[in-house]
Amino acid sequence: MSETEFLLWVRGPAFQVATIIFLLGVVVRILEILVLGRKPDLAEARGSAVAGGLRAIISRSFAERATLQRTAFTEVTGWIFHIGIFVILLLFAPHILLFEEVFGVSWPALPTTVIDATTIVTIIALLAVLIHRIANPVMRFLSRFQDYLVWLVTILPLVTGYMAFHRIGLTPTMLIAVHILSVELLMVTFPFTKLMHAFTLFMSRYYDGAIAGYKGVNS
Amino acid sequence: MSKDETLGEALRRQGVTRRGFLKFCAATASMMALPPSMVPAIAAALEKARRPSVIWLSFQECTGCIESLTRSHSPTVEGLIFDAISLDYQHALQAAAGSAAEAARETAMEENYGKYILIVDGSIPLANPGYSTIAGISNLAMLEETAKGAAAVVSMGSCAAFGGIPKAKPNPTGAVSVGDIIKDKPIINVPGCPPIPVVITGVLAHFLIFGTIPELDALGRPMAYYGQSIHDRCYRRPFYDKGKFANTFDDEGAKKGWCLYKLGCKGPTTYNACATTKWNDGTSFPIEAGHPCLGCSEPDFWDGGGFYKAISTPTEDIPKAAIYAVGAGAAAGLALGALNRAKRDKAVAEHVKTTIDDLEKGD
Repeated sequence: MSETEFLLWVRGPAFQVATIIFLLGVVVRILEILVLGRKPDLAEARGSAVAGGLRAIISRSFAERATLQRTAFTEVTGWIFHIGIFVILLLFAPHILLFEEVFGVSWPALPTTVIDATTIVTIIALLAVLIHRIANPVMRFLSRFQDYLVWLVTILPLVTGYMAFHRIGLTPTMLIAVHILSVELLMVTFPFTKLMHAFTLFMSRYYDGAIAGYKGVNS
Repeated sequence: MSKDETLGEALRRQGVTRRGFLKFCAATASMMALPPSMVPAIAAALEKARRPSVIWLSFQECTGCIESLTRSHSPTVEGLIFDAISLDYQHALQAAAGSAAEAARETAMEENYGKYILIVDGSIPLANPGYSTIAGISNLAMLEETAKGAAAVVSMGSCAAFGGIPKAKPNPTGAVSVGDIIKDKPIINVPGCPPIPVVITGVLAHFLIFGTIPELDALGRPMAYYGQSIHDRCYRRPFYDKGKFANTFDDEGAKKGWCLYKLGCKGPTTYNACATTKWNDGTSFPIEAGHPCLGCSEPDFWDGGGFYKAISTPTEDIPKAAIYAVGAGAAAGLALGALNRAKRDKAVAEHVKTTIDDLEKGD
């Protein structure tokens, strides 16, 4: 297989298969949770479950002061790399082009220098997160193989993307192919790992918030 | 023109001034990324260089390579350098035909055995030797015979270097590149469809000056010309960096000369000197004319998923696959959910207790 054929395979059948596994897996896992349902709450409502649920989705994004003081490092690095990933994914011109091709909608891109800087910051944040996970005894104790796997498939697209943009190490054709392949690896791992939190976090927050909202208390 | 005449003598005889000659030497030095201090050495070496014998074989090709080289350079000093090699066989240019032409090739091979430069344009068909023959000799046989006594082989154009258009899917003639057949000779790949004229004169000048082949990249291309991507040297690169793109060939962005990435430009994956040396004596290059780079100096450029499709976009129908995936996922999710429900209801009915072991998930 030549490099061009490899890139075509990565852009073609491989991307198709990755998309199918990603969507199928995500939909199955979300429905599995939703279909399970909840026990009906027979008590009289003292507030709005929906309002409480929606409030919790927002409020749980921000740590309370005490928590923030205790886990400032996790909070800050976590926010940085999450924002970084979204900025890179959604505001880099070639990525927008991909979304336009698939969804038919387009939006303005950020300058590549901004994306470049964001990538470096994001990679550093992810490295810091890993070091923290290994260095902190409690984190290390709680960590399993999957936590390291999820970290790896998250940082790979960033590193390969950076290498592809600056053409480091391989031919540009191979670099783009490897970058797309790393994203496909992320897509394929996504539904079967903790990466599902990107969807389930809203469900669990809503669930918690709705229970409290129904009771008329703050969650 | 006698064979023993040096290049300097030949140039003076054709009326090239010392100043013009030195200007060419300086241009050659800068093109080959050599320091200015090398210019006198280049001049001295070229001055004394004997015209090397060059045999040019044309196989499955369109003559575009030789058109590119001759037409745009015949009035320039590079053209004279070209005159100043002894082009002993080139069936598109030579006056002789038939057995006389073949005799010229055989004589040149005999007289300069081990010293001549072999230039090849076009790919070699392996599926059936009858697909392309010259004087009844198959391309494969002629290449193998002529390469034996060559000092070096120059694969001119993408067909000779990588198989090019003849090798494009489904490759009916079983076309291969020169490098697929010749393994025991130094090969310089000068790809492009066609290659830039100044690149071949530069490669020949390097050979005349240093008597060696130039530094090559992983694909056998001279680093001096193929060392940087079109994208990195493109004058429209600032628009790429700013995220300003032409969406069609006649929109506002196209008129303002913005980046052609969205229109399928292969500049980011293409290594060539178009953006710097340009074409037609430095007039312009395809992107300057408003057309995206096709990536013609890269292997298999013809099968790269479409000239007008951006390299970062998928080649298969993703929305359709997505709809099927979501549909299948919904069906499977509902079925699994129902199963889980039944399992839970059963556990509730049977008063099954959850223990700490159920929560421990070893992964």
